[in-house]
Amino acid sequence: MRVPLGWVRDFVDVELSPAELARQLTFAGLEVEGLEFVGLPLPGDGERPECKVTGFAWDPELVVVGDLLEVEPHPRADRLVLAEVDHGAGVEVTVTGAPNLAAYKGQGPLPVPLKVAVAREGALLLDSAQKEPTPRRLAKAKIRGVESRAMICSEKELGISDRHEGVIVLDADAPPAGTPLADYAGDMVLDLDITPNMVRNASILGVAREIAALTGAELRPPSIEVEAAGPALDGRLEIDIRDPQLNPRFTAMLLEGATTGPSPYWLQQRLLLAGQRPISNVVDVTNYVMLEMGQPLHAFDYDVLVERAGRSGAVAPTIITRRPEPGEKLKTLDDVDRELDDFTVLVADTAGALSLGGIMGGQESEVSDGTTNVLLEAAAWDLYNIRRTTLSQQLSSEAGYRFSRGVHPALAGRANRRAIELMRRLAGGVVAEGMVDARARPLPRTVVELPAAEVERALGVPIAAAEAVRILEALEFGVESAGDLLQVTVPDHRLDIGEGTIGVADLIEEIARIWGYERIPETQISDTIPPQRANPEVELEERARDLLARLGLQEVVTYRLTTPEREARARRPGAPPDERRYVELRNPISADRRVMRHELLPGVLEVAAANARQRDSLALFEIGPVFLPADGEPLPREPRRLAILLAGGREAASWDRQEPPSYDLFDLKGVVEAFAADLQLPPLTAAAGDHPGLHPGRAARLELAGTPIGALGELEPAVRSGYGFPFAAVLAAELDLDRLLEAIPQRFAAVAVSAFPPVVEDLAFEVGEEVAAAAVEQLITVAGGDLLREIELFDLFRGEQLGAGRKSLAYRLTYQAEDRTLTDAEVAGVRRTVVAAVERATGGRLRE
Amino acid sequence: MLDQLKRAAADALAELAAVDAEAELAAWRSRHLGKKSPIKTLLGGLGALDATERPQAGREANLAQRRLQAAFDERRAALERAAHEASLGAEALDVTLPGRLPRRGRLHVSTLILRRIAAVWAEMGFQVYRSRDVETDEYNFQLLNFPPFHPAREMQDTFFTTEPDVILRTHTSPGQIHVMRERCPEPIRVILPGMCYRYEQITARSEIQFNQVEGLAVGPGIRMSDLKGTLTDFARRMFGPDTRTRFRCSHFPFTEPSAEMDIECFLCGGDGCRVCKRAGWLEILGCGMVHPVVLENGGYDPGRYSGFAFGMGPERIAMLRHEIQDIRLFWGNDMRFLEQF
Repeated sequence: MRVPLGWVRDFVDVELSPAELARQLTFAGLEVEGLEFVGLPLPGDGERPECKVTGFAWDPELVVVGDLLEVEPHPRADRLVLAEVDHGAGVEVTVTGAPNLAAYKGQGPLPVPLKVAVAREGALLLDSAQKEPTPRRLAKAKIRGVESRAMICSEKELGISDRHEGVIVLDADAPPAGTPLADYAGDMVLDLDITPNMVRNASILGVAREIAALTGAELRPPSIEVEAAGPALDGRLEIDIRDPQLNPRFTAMLLEGATTGPSPYWLQQRLLLAGQRPISNVVDVTNYVMLEMGQPLHAFDYDVLVERAGRSGAVAPTIITRRPEPGEKLKTLDDVDRELDDFTVLVADTAGALSLGGIMGGQESEVSDGTTNVLLEAAAWDLYNIRRTTLSQQLSSEAGYRFSRGVHPALAGRANRRAIELMRRLAGGVVAEGMVDARARPLPRTVVELPAAEVERALGVPIAAAEAVRILEALEFGVESAGDLLQVTVPDHRLDIGEGTIGVADLIEEIARIWGYERIPETQISDTIPPQRANPEVELEERARDLLARLGLQEVVTYRLTTPEREARARRPGAPPDERRYVELRNPISADRRVMRHELLPGVLEVAAANARQRDSLALFEIGPVFLPADGEPLPREPRRLAILLAGGREAASWDRQEPPSYDLFDLKGVVEAFAADLQLPPLTAAAGDHPGLHPGRAARLELAGTPIGALGELEPAVRSGYGFPFAAVLAAELDLDRLLEAIPQRFAAVAVSAFPPVVEDLAFEVGEEVAAAAVEQLITVAGGDLLREIELFDLFRGEQLGAGRKSLAYRLTYQAEDRTLTDAEVAGVRRTVVAAVERATGGRLRE
Repeated sequence: MLDQLKRAAADALAELAAVDAEAELAAWRSRHLGKKSPIKTLLGGLGALDATERPQAGREANLAQRRLQAAFDERRAALERAAHEASLGAEALDVTLPGRLPRRGRLHVSTLILRRIAAVWAEMGFQVYRSRDVETDEYNFQLLNFPPFHPAREMQDTFFTTEPDVILRTHTSPGQIHVMRERCPEPIRVILPGMCYRYEQITARSEIQFNQVEGLAVGPGIRMSDLKGTLTDFARRMFGPDTRTRFRCSHFPFTEPSAEMDIECFLCGGDGCRVCKRAGWLEILGCGMVHPVVLENGGYDPGRYSGFAFGMGPERIAMLRHEIQDIRLFWGNDMRFLEQF
């Protein structure tokens, strides 16, 4: 919301400096995002506001009000004129091509001089030929042989707006020639960010009320007196509200015999500074009063309504507010043919829809240059329904913005009176007596009982009752004190104050923000301490992160939104498709982020592929939820997963090792095993198994005490090349983190370090290729019993001596007892058991 | 005889001085300290001497023998030392060559900042409470005092799912309702970290997903002055002991009164710089007293209980602290970015 301060001053005196005004408004919840100085000097360094400051100052000596005395043809150029201007310190001939002066050409001295904005030689102006504001000093110029030392300015040259089609023609009551223009037309515009609860302050009056409350100055509300001399409106217009919930009030007033034309300059300038384009006096008044009071208005051409009423034989039009008929459409002012939802409220008459109630007018009944009889609408609408409609129609308008945040029905009557009178003064004509006022659902006044003690209970600081009353009354609340209780009546411009405890909180906020958040002290909580709880779910997840980083892995965090296609890239050709349902967005912002992920790995693979261009080695992990819809449940399950990826060199290349050995499956398996061991988990068991993204011969399913907890392996080559990896192998694991973390024991016992010497011996078994190493190790472990302390596969050998389809697995066994030195006979006994067990179960034999 | 002894010893020492190799040293030793050395030979001729000369000659001979042995030992040590030094010299490395970097794992910058925030709050008695990413409209909005089509919903552009009334949470505030309903009537002090989602174009300044850390304190006597004191303590611990804070009125449907907390810019100390856009202050978090409707929806009687809540964006804080210009770097996961943290 752009708020010209000059306009605010109609309703309140403002003594604060710009910086202090911006600061106080910002702290009170009306964030000042910028100050724009129009003609007035910008604040100096010592007085710098904290917001953005822009603007362009006019030299008081050189940019002044001028009297345009006569317009003569230019001797050598048809499109230019010579304008004789009195700038208070003399008369200059200026050369201009302004089309709005052409009409005065050759009329001789004007009977009443035109008031214009004159810049004299040396003045700093904005270059009208540049798109961006570019200051340029006005120099003496010779235009087609005529010398000129002054210029009549356009708005663009003065930074008022970007209009440059003609020069500014000020109102006839402008001050005498030579008056500094800044004194008359200079202003400062506040750019406010209005929060949704404060739409009452999306108005000049609202801002003025806030300033009055903050500074203690008196508020002077605008006049709503109407000079109505025409025949009564009663009987010449009916209003029929069909849904009082959605349209609580509809008011109408009529101005007859008006003359449409441009608005006076002061009004145009205010609209421009507030960000609205002037159109014509009738339309400008509706915008002006909306900006001033916060009540949107709509002007109909009354004659069109009468004509439409005549189609069904009626003399007087009837305004009907209703929901649409099935299939009904409306062409709005923005030239869009709109399909209407069944909840839309239309302003219609007997001939059909006229406008989208509270949002935008329709084309047929809008006022035009030829309009003489203006019917002015000011109504109240249900804020939720207006917002629903603007969302559905994807239509934003100043009216829709205000109504969707809540405009009090009481404002309609005041604003209509204010606007019709202003329109009469600007466009002439006669106002019809009376207002047609349909109050379908009167809103009772809200009264809140505020116990004085509540203020201190909420804020932690006592605020004197008198001060609270002053603040509330300045904001136009009605207050009656009854002992320690304030009876507070909510003013009829606010819909944001609730009843009961909510109303109490609402009032305390009002008191606190005007009294000043800065004055509330800083204290320590002295309240009861909550019961303390363990938080293993969070602690263990963070521990997992630490352990993975300690294992040399870089954590990544990827988008949780993806597409089924992206996830399918991580599946090998021919793998069964992922047929699980997705959490799918109804309104994705882009086609490549439209479902919540099922897996972590596809995202990690994308990260790895993107980094493969810069890195010849990658070791990554991600921890996070995946989203799995469950049948019959509206919300998905969100189990936590862990993905690990290794690719490229096992270590970084260096100047003497250009190509370090690459990661392979057993590096990944080692990482997973070390991670599990560090979490004190029981050993994971791995078995060859199928996984949709992994090489079928190089994938392992992992189990923890019989429960599946994920898979690891080498990415299937077609998948790998699908991502364009330059590596010979990419190793990947995806694990069920929830299950892993749940399996972590509460505690574990440390194993004593034996003081007695170990016996170490090597045993090599020759077995068939089909025998899994883990199976042999398991046999040895079981057969070795308590005395077998450690077992390590130290060699895997295949060769001609063994023959095809055979392999040799060599293990180093460490025997040790805690309480004695083992004898040769004891060790030999264990060895015999181990050898017999392996030979019997695998059909292999011990190699001597 | 004595002269011969002196000459033999002198010759041997002169010869030894010229020895500079291991093999020569061994040869000298067998020549001059062996059984057939000139001194041993002279000693062998001792019997031919007069009995009165014999003892002195014997002493001299033994003395010469010992002197030669000592000289030999010394020479051998010197040669060994020289050889050792020569071999060390040959082993010299160019120590200016770059070191080989070990493989270092790291946590993501978002994890690091989340942990830092959580650690400060943990010491102040606020424990982590987590809730789900995919939420109902009821928990994300309605119970937090955003009725359907409430204007404040405009501030939180929402991703809707194809399931009716199921959305991606736009803030971690639904956790406020979850934790209150779970723990009522206990007092509560928790922080609610987690990923949130907003329907926004991905640009340098806005993302479709981002972390948020909310906080909630509920009890029989929580006041707005406690909110100011607690959040100022947090700011001093997070941003430095001299950090100044200020609270501006703001609006969130689930708090009232609501405020924005700014901290004095830690880069320029309030003088105004690029990071704080010349304001001298940085907007760090939104906060307020828990709205009575929200307390009630959580099961707490707003007449007897009160609370405060706050919410901040860890990525925004990381961006300010590390002068990161582009929020897309966080989920871009470029190693050249992540490895800096």
